[in-house]
Amino acid sequence: MAPHDLRRPFKRPAISDQQRRRELSLQRQSQNRRDAQQQARCLASSVLSLQSQYPDPVPELEIEPESQPQQEAGPLTKDLDIRQASKLRGPEVRKWFASQLMLPEWMIDVPDRLSHDWYVFARPAGKRCMVVSSNGTTVSRERNGSILHHFPSALPSGARTKDPSGSAQSYCILDCIFHELDQTYYVIDMVCWRGYSLYDCTAEFRFFWLNSKLAETGACDAPSHYHKFRFSTVPVYDCDQRGLYSAYIESVPYAKDGLLFYNKHAHYQTGNTPLALVWKDEKCSQYVIDTDSKGQVLSQQQVVLELQEDGKLSTSDDPPVIFGCLDGEFIQKSGLQSGSLLKFAIGNGGLSFVDGKLEKSDLNYLGKSNRARMFADSYSKTDFGFMSPAEMLRESICPCELYVSICLDKVIFQYMVRHTPLKFDDLLASVSPSDDEENKPCDVEMVD
Amino acid sequence: MAMEVTQVLLNAQSIDGTVRKHAEESLKQFQEQNLPSFLLSLSGELANDDKPVDSRKLAGLILKNALDAKEQHRKFELVQRWLSLDANVKTQIKTCLLNTLTSTVADARSTSSQVIAKVAGIELPQKQWPELIVSLLSNVHQLPAHVKQATLETLGYLCEEVSPDVVEQDHVNKILTAVVQGMNASEMNNDVRLAATRALYNALSFAQANFSNDMERDYIMRVVCEATQYAELKIRQAAFECLVSISSTYYEKLAPYMQDIYSITAKAVREDEEPVALQAIEFWSSICDEEIDILEEYGSDFTGNSDIPCFYFIKQALPALVPLLLEILLKQEEDQDQEEGAWNIAMAGGTCLGLVARTVGDDIVPLVIPFIEENIAKPDWRQREAATYAFGSILEGPSPDKLLHIVNVALSFMLSALTKDPNNHVKDTTAWTLGRIFEFLHGSTIGTPIITQANCQQIITVLLQSMKDTPNVAEKACGALYFLAQGYEDVGPSSPLTPFFQEIVQSLLTVTHREDAGESRLRTAAYETLNEVVRSSTDETAPMVLQLVPVIMMELHKTLEGQKLSSDEREKQGELQGLLCGCLQVIIQKLGSSEPTKYVFMQYADQIMGLFLRVFACRSATVHEEAMLAIGALAYAAGLDFAKYMPDFYKYLEMGLQNFEEYQVCAVTVGVVGDICRALEEKILPYCDGIMTQLLKDLSSNQLHRSVKPPIFSCFGDIALAIGENFEKYLMYAMPMLQSAADLSAHTANVDDDMTEYTNSLRNGILEAYSGIFQGFKNSPKTQLLIPYAPHILQFLDSMYMEKDMDELVMKTAIGLLGDLADTLGSNAGSLIQQSLTSKDFLNECLSSKDHMIKESAEWARLAINKAISV
Repeated sequence: MAPHDLRRPFKRPAISDQQRRRELSLQRQSQNRRDAQQQARCLASSVLSLQSQYPDPVPELEIEPESQPQQEAGPLTKDLDIRQASKLRGPEVRKWFASQLMLPEWMIDVPDRLSHDWYVFARPAGKRCMVVSSNGTTVSRERNGSILHHFPSALPSGARTKDPSGSAQSYCILDCIFHELDQTYYVIDMVCWRGYSLYDCTAEFRFFWLNSKLAETGACDAPSHYHKFRFSTVPVYDCDQRGLYSAYIESVPYAKDGLLFYNKHAHYQTGNTPLALVWKDEKCSQYVIDTDSKGQVLSQQQVVLELQEDGKLSTSDDPPVIFGCLDGEFIQKSGLQSGSLLKFAIGNGGLSFVDGKLEKSDLNYLGKSNRARMFADSYSKTDFGFMSPAEMLRESICPCELYVSICLDKVIFQYMVRHTPLKFDDLLASVSPSDDEENKPCDVEMVD
Repeated sequence: MAMEVTQVLLNAQSIDGTVRKHAEESLKQFQEQNLPSFLLSLSGELANDDKPVDSRKLAGLILKNALDAKEQHRKFELVQRWLSLDANVKTQIKTCLLNTLTSTVADARSTSSQVIAKVAGIELPQKQWPELIVSLLSNVHQLPAHVKQATLETLGYLCEEVSPDVVEQDHVNKILTAVVQGMNASEMNNDVRLAATRALYNALSFAQANFSNDMERDYIMRVVCEATQYAELKIRQAAFECLVSISSTYYEKLAPYMQDIYSITAKAVREDEEPVALQAIEFWSSICDEEIDILEEYGSDFTGNSDIPCFYFIKQALPALVPLLLEILLKQEEDQDQEEGAWNIAMAGGTCLGLVARTVGDDIVPLVIPFIEENIAKPDWRQREAATYAFGSILEGPSPDKLLHIVNVALSFMLSALTKDPNNHVKDTTAWTLGRIFEFLHGSTIGTPIITQANCQQIITVLLQSMKDTPNVAEKACGALYFLAQGYEDVGPSSPLTPFFQEIVQSLLTVTHREDAGESRLRTAAYETLNEVVRSSTDETAPMVLQLVPVIMMELHKTLEGQKLSSDEREKQGELQGLLCGCLQVIIQKLGSSEPTKYVFMQYADQIMGLFLRVFACRSATVHEEAMLAIGALAYAAGLDFAKYMPDFYKYLEMGLQNFEEYQVCAVTVGVVGDICRALEEKILPYCDGIMTQLLKDLSSNQLHRSVKPPIFSCFGDIALAIGENFEKYLMYAMPMLQSAADLSAHTANVDDDMTEYTNSLRNGILEAYSGIFQGFKNSPKTQLLIPYAPHILQFLDSMYMEKDMDELVMKTAIGLLGDLADTLGSNAGSLIQQSLTSKDFLNECLSSKDHMIKESAEWARLAINKAISV
């Protein structure tokens, strides 16, 4: 029991810098963890509140937005969310982003007044994504929500440069297709520019603004240190004969993947909309007919349908379209459960339509859809058709098959491609000058 | 059964290495082959008065080491081993030990005392060896002096070893009676008195009941105070040690004795020999500690029932105490500032003065100022140094208003003294005092800045100049600059240091290259100051911080060049690498926090990562930790790009997670796993099997320091959030661990603050893990896998709510988890949630909380619950 040491720290700060480094690291880490969790919650709660505030947007509303003042808060909240969410991480964020793009339907019928009310342009082949620039950085998210690039760009607030105009509020949201070959972002729509929301603007205005503003920023210049990828607009035409022909035939710096048609009066609406349409044939796209995982064209058209409790087979449209029915004995024998995704081939009996509605279908059961991809599965229940049909076509040739139960417009388009394709000539014919004489008020006929 | 071990034990202490090694081998073999026989032989050796003292001492030492170890898990093993020994063997050993106490050989007695205490430490809590204390104390009065001394010493060790609650009060009373009688003036033998006084020191914590009894307390205090006056120095020293211990253990009982104690201590400080005087000063420092703690509790408006009131002893003693302390400041030793670990009466006095200032605040200022004014300009360096030291000591405690005037007057004097005073000691203290001025009176919270545009240039010039002085002065100058920079940490976009940034950095780098930078911790101080200068820098100087990156990288590169280093060189290399990695970590964190600098910085990322990997390859524990911390910062800055380093880095990550012994390294690595999860998200998946395996092993290890376990749970959450439903395969391992840890933390009797703090950090880790898992599984079809765990989690939340001992952080995490559970499981858990207490009372309590973080989490929970139960 020797005397106890009673020395106290002398002329020393009580804490060492090493301890301080440790503590600052821990602080940063727990702050980052809290941020990650808090952001996941914020996002979830904003999604929750968006869902309850704006249930099932009805396409018709988009035509005359001024009559729907209560909707105005929606887009504003939405683009704020996108901006805040652009740098977030995590599965929930990815899922949320997946539902933020406007997705065209397949053109089965030629809409009326095509030449008056629509634009047409050649769709670049590549990854559809949403590009958000804010606070000195730019993030691109693929249509499944995962981050494609995180980079500096010449977009407003897209990089930390001495940009006098770049205030914190000056963020942008662009709807783009990333074209691998020339490493260029082709901007196909403008959702938000310098903090100004374009959700509520017509396509006409959005395209005008896009064409006049994008180049000003230098975003279309060659890549440099503060500007990692080039941006480019695509030539957009009025959908008259000349325009349609130019879009179809004229060479562009990118590989084409079909034609996109945008209604001039439509607002930017997330999810599937009949106010944007996609059409393709072999000439303007490599991907027209569904192929198997090896890229071989399937001998029969296949569809994936969801088994309902009453044995009915439905598409993932909302409301679901009934394609047929399995008898109870078969269901029991095969051990199928409602909610299963089942794969069918369309047999020789084909599909019959009356007034654009499916009347009869000849389906041959192939088996359960590959359920290994739970990711797609989860969407099939809530976010039908979150993928554009073009994306689905591309997915179906890639080695990992992605099955979601299918939307009717795609089934029909695929069916028609095999049987009675909507040919370019039909399109041309529909915009012949003689068509222009009617002078209907500015509304659009729905495809369904 | 016992064997002849004398020669082996003597050989084991031979100067001949081979003989020694051989003997150690045989002892080890003997122990492994037949433990009972081995222990019996040792106790027999220790008890045998015919044996040489050296073999007896070593026998006792080996016995002691067979009963106790520093490492927690080893200690536990040894306890179990002893308890499972044959009862006869144990009885024989114990008999030998007790017999040894009567030996005439002092070393044998003393060794045996310690072994007996170790055995008691194991057996008394098991209610074994109940006769020990009685048999030690029987006939204690009639024993010969040397046996009495050994008995008291044994009681002292025993009290040190055993927790008070396993000794019944009757025995405590007997022990105290024997001890106090041994200290008494009537005891003539000094050895007995010293042993008794030292025994009392350990027995004090057993004396709660006796200190509550006025008569018994008076008696003990009288005996202790008398012992401070004995002729024998060691007894006086031990008696003052008892007073120091009483001052913290029985602070609230001291009032009646303070007058006497002041007189005794003042006399000892002025007249007694240094070891005694130091203890006497320590008594007052200890009282300061107590009162600072109590007043802090007052300040935090937390008033529990067990609170001890403040008696303001220091405030009352102030008029006499301060002059006493000032007086001894003049008793400096010549070279105390150059001497590592020096401690003398002047240093103790200055330290105590600083504590007094913190205890009483403003009141001390008028008592010290005249001393400073009178001595600061005297020709005798002792007076100048004492005055400066007194000034530096009172800067923490009093309000800035009270000090600002004198500091402003003194500042230019200090600056001039630092350059011109001929005495090294005075310059050292002056630089230290400047550091204290900047630490406590400079920064955004101080109304009137003492550093202005007018004097900033001069201050920096003087400090940079002093960095060329002797190492001890230069080190203090670095320290002053550290606090100067720290004061500007939240200065805004423009810092007054910007114009000097380049010059400061250059001077600090020059210091690190000084030949003598190894002395007085100078190199470390220079790098640490550089770190602080970088931390407090603003965007204006970002380009210069960027330029620093290749410079530090080059320094780190140079440390990797030396080959075939001696162990001494290797240690120095490791230290330097630690400093450089630390510096890079600070730089990365700084540059990574803003996008433009991050982009430019990232051009160095590949090279930096390459250097870190090479540092790992050198394998030194401290470096390992610093490089690991730096890599965490790099992962945070690099984001997804960090993926490319994973193949090379992974093995070191695994090594870090396996480092049980240096738990700091393990803890830091666990934190880095979290950083990487957030950076890589699902790209971390290929590494998760390995990481999860290590983390699960860590959790199951009883070798790993417990403080690492809560962060490991949090890390589960990080992983789950990153990889989402892929966490599925780990559920079957992670969930049972979380459940049993939750049960443990819900039903822990929180005996002290440490335990409460630990329990709360464990709960926080568990809750964060659950939150991450639920958030990760959201919107997945596998959500249903989590449903079976929901009842237990809700029970856990309920039980914590009922215990009412959650801290704010746990409350926030807990209510957030409720939201995550509701959000992910939705209607599947609706009715379960509605049945839980948590979803009602606890949620309501959180919704009306004043803490906005708790409230925010509660709002989230309410939203998610409403959604879940409305479907």
